[in-house]
Amino acid sequence: METLVMPAINFAAIMPETILSIVAMVLLLLNVFVPGEQKAYLGYLSLVGIVLAFFSVVSGWNAPLSLQEGFNGSVLQDNFSLFFKAIFLISSGLAVLISDHYMVKEECNHGELYPLILFATSGMMLMSSGTDMMTIFLGLEVLSVSLYVLAGFKRADTKSNEAGLKYFLLGAFSTGFLLYGMALTYGATGTTKIAGIAAAAAQDSTLAGNPMFVVGMLLMATGFSFKVAAAPFHMWTPDVYEGAPTPMTAFMSAGPKAAGFAAFIRVLMVAMPVLAVDWHNLLWVLAVLTMTVGNIIALTQNNIKRMLAYSSIAHAGYCLVGFAAGNGEGTAGILFYMLSYAFMNIGAFAIIILVGKKGEPNNNVEDYAGFGVKHPVLAMIMALFLFSLAGIPPTAGFIGKFYLFSSALKAGYVWLVVIGVLNSAASCYYYLRVMVFMYMKDPVEEFDWMKLSPPVLLCIAISVVGVVVPGVVPSIILQLAQKAILL
Amino acid sequence: MNQMPALLSIITFTPLIGVILLLFMNKNNHSVLRGLAMVVTLITFLASLPLVTGFQSNAEFQFVEMVPWIAAGPFQMNYHVGIDGISLWLVILTTFIMPIAVLSTWTAVEEKVKEYMICLLLLEVGMLGAFISIDLFLFYIFWEVMLIPMYFIIGIWGGKRKVYAAVKFFIYTMVGSLLMLVALIYLYFKAGGGDFNLLNFYQLALDPATQTWLFLAFALAFAIKVPMFPLHTWLPDAHTEAPTAGSVILAAILLKMGTYGFVRFAMPLFPDATEKFTPLIATLAVIGIIYAALVAMVQEDVKKLVAYSSVAHLGFVMLGVFALNQQGVAGGMLQMLNHGVSTGALFLIVGFIYERRHTRLITDFGGLSKQMPVFATIFMIVTLSSIGLPGTNGFIGEFLVLLGAFESNLRWYAVIATSGVILSAVYMLWMFQRVMFGELNNPKNQTLKDLNAREIAIMAPLLVLIFFMGVYPTPFLDKMSPAIDRMIKLSTTKHAARLQQQVPAGLQQMAPMVTPPAMEMK
Repeated sequence: METLVMPAINFAAIMPETILSIVAMVLLLLNVFVPGEQKAYLGYLSLVGIVLAFFSVVSGWNAPLSLQEGFNGSVLQDNFSLFFKAIFLISSGLAVLISDHYMVKEECNHGELYPLILFATSGMMLMSSGTDMMTIFLGLEVLSVSLYVLAGFKRADTKSNEAGLKYFLLGAFSTGFLLYGMALTYGATGTTKIAGIAAAAAQDSTLAGNPMFVVGMLLMATGFSFKVAAAPFHMWTPDVYEGAPTPMTAFMSAGPKAAGFAAFIRVLMVAMPVLAVDWHNLLWVLAVLTMTVGNIIALTQNNIKRMLAYSSIAHAGYCLVGFAAGNGEGTAGILFYMLSYAFMNIGAFAIIILVGKKGEPNNNVEDYAGFGVKHPVLAMIMALFLFSLAGIPPTAGFIGKFYLFSSALKAGYVWLVVIGVLNSAASCYYYLRVMVFMYMKDPVEEFDWMKLSPPVLLCIAISVVGVVVPGVVPSIILQLAQKAILL
Repeated sequence: MNQMPALLSIITFTPLIGVILLLFMNKNNHSVLRGLAMVVTLITFLASLPLVTGFQSNAEFQFVEMVPWIAAGPFQMNYHVGIDGISLWLVILTTFIMPIAVLSTWTAVEEKVKEYMICLLLLEVGMLGAFISIDLFLFYIFWEVMLIPMYFIIGIWGGKRKVYAAVKFFIYTMVGSLLMLVALIYLYFKAGGGDFNLLNFYQLALDPATQTWLFLAFALAFAIKVPMFPLHTWLPDAHTEAPTAGSVILAAILLKMGTYGFVRFAMPLFPDATEKFTPLIATLAVIGIIYAALVAMVQEDVKKLVAYSSVAHLGFVMLGVFALNQQGVAGGMLQMLNHGVSTGALFLIVGFIYERRHTRLITDFGGLSKQMPVFATIFMIVTLSSIGLPGTNGFIGEFLVLLGAFESNLRWYAVIATSGVILSAVYMLWMFQRVMFGELNNPKNQTLKDLNAREIAIMAPLLVLIFFMGVYPTPFLDKMSPAIDRMIKLSTTKHAARLQQQVPAGLQQMAPMVTPPAMEMK
């Protein structure tokens, strides 16, 4: 008789995910009983879940390995993943805060929105702590399926439908690449465990030259590049970001992108250091393409959501610069940058939501003419977010960029950084353009339809703190990020 | 030191307190807003006076403050500030010009007064901070912070093509400064980590190739700011479109950031590259002097004319600084102050007539001296100071610059530059003649009022300085000269010699080429 081996179940390692999933399922049940006009309460409840999960993340920091590892080595909740989990929770929390106002304005029944956000978040968390390619894939699917629905959430709106469908088709397509890459890697190494792959490569020196292994890495990189919207795999981004409900656009640009980076970094850095030369060069090219394509196309955008979509491609490019550097500072830079980006980007979207009319006919840059006169405080905050996106001190965006670029300089990639800063200078133009309209043009509209909804204002206030404080005193967060690196 | 603790921080951040106070003021009560800004800038000025009295005439940084700021990963940034003879007068110039700038907009800016004053005060924080920073990272932060308020000042309160001018100003400066940032980080890693202390960087020994690249990156940022030919094209646009106070600050202080950057950073940090590029920069400076003078001559707009005269004057500064001897650098430094006073005054004067007539075209004027005698007198004095007539401040600066250049290997450049002095007399006096003399035949000009008490009060301190600096420049020069000596010594000591001494043969080539100087903290 064989003895039944109990799998190493360790809930401590997946505590945040567990909390979110339970809350999400409770919400799904409650949703049936909550009448349409009171769906906001579901939002508050999901915030409770997010805060609980956040506490669990905080308490897991620097925990002993026995608490971090679980499920036969397929999950490892190390500091690296905890930092990412904090980013996911912050971005989903902020997204929840801005959702109700928007959905009510759009007259959209949105009870399912909150559970979907929570499911997506737990998927992201699994991606960041997965140490088995299967876990990562599972997390990715949980995330993606939720996002497809969220992107197409406005059923009556054709653009939103288009966004959902497009995201689904391209997402499925890219998942194919990823899965094929994983399969080839498995074929070459005989394991799906990240640590196992690294060990196999360390033992067998011929593996680095094995085409199956190299192609596996390339295909996986392609799949992840889709997820982080790196050029030339960025084609889905603008349409999806423009069509999706604005709170979901904000969410998608911050959380899932970070999740993509988390898995991307872990797979390449931990599992495939033997191919470092290959993927450094690959990332170099990707970074240059992504920054340049994102910025140049953003220059010509008139729709502010689309503009931020392209700019988000460019920001992924800056992160790729840090990734290409391949050192600890680069990873810490990505962590810091994704955190700041969550604040500044969601903050900017929150203001877009406040300004938007029903159906969002006024999302063009011209529609912000005179905003600075009519709403000086909000305009000032918007300017703050835009300056942070442009990377101008004393904001978090600057410190993040500084860190990313200096990591690449430390690794010797001078030209990559020069291209990066020139891109950054070019990006000022389109961020400034919004400010030109806000401050330097006479008001056309009265902006009298705007309702200053308290949760949205709370989201904006949190984002301001998240942009200014790390910009002026970044030490604490940078040190945390430095402790969260994998190497 | 027996000085007041944290004096520099108090001076730098007093305007920031003003900004915070302004944020909570009623935006419709314009006189209170203006009054508050005025009081704040005056307090800042008064607080900065002890710097002059307490300053010892030696080459060391004084009033030093040092607080650890960012420590993460490989980085250590400090809030490390202090002034030496080079920055002392620029700090004073800044605090001196600011109340004048605020006063000059008393009636010129009627819209969004609150925002305007906030921008002016923020700008002052940035400028002062950049002049006092010893930590290079801190310097960069302040350098960038200056950009934002200036962008808004041009873009919101400017003239017809304000948006174009503002964006051009921003992007131009941004490109330069980002490349400087890359060079700065590169330098940091080259120095083997530690902190961003400028004094440590001075001790570095870099190979000539590295120096060339780093110098180019720094020089580009500073040359755009100066601005040097051919990077000057943003300046006439920015000046013409900016409101009076914006132009005054731009000319009097912001442009000095560029020349200051050369003197403080680009030249002493990279002496071999400085030597290599001296002919190029001197050539560009001389081209700037002649070309800007010629362009100024044909301008129809008074303000544009003054803007181009700025380019020419800063050409002199650059020439003097790159002569790298005591007269040349001291002349360049003095000329920076002179230019701040004279050109600031010229922009104020242009502002006065623009406020009255809402035009700046030379052809719209003529014969104003009959109608406005006080104005005519002041205008004449300022014009002569700008030309560099003996007895006014402009003379001393230009004379020293040319003297220094003659005595260095830039002799032939000096010969050509001297003709720029004549050209400047031509365009300034010709403009003065067309505006002030001749027939008073335009009916709109016949009812013009002479300067009022406020306007005279604005000009009076500037006029006093014009003569004081022209007759008795010694106190200025005395405090500067030790710091200038050190700067010249650093800028002419080749790193090649240091490299040979420091890296014993046989060590790895990639050795961080530095003897870590004694760290000041820890």
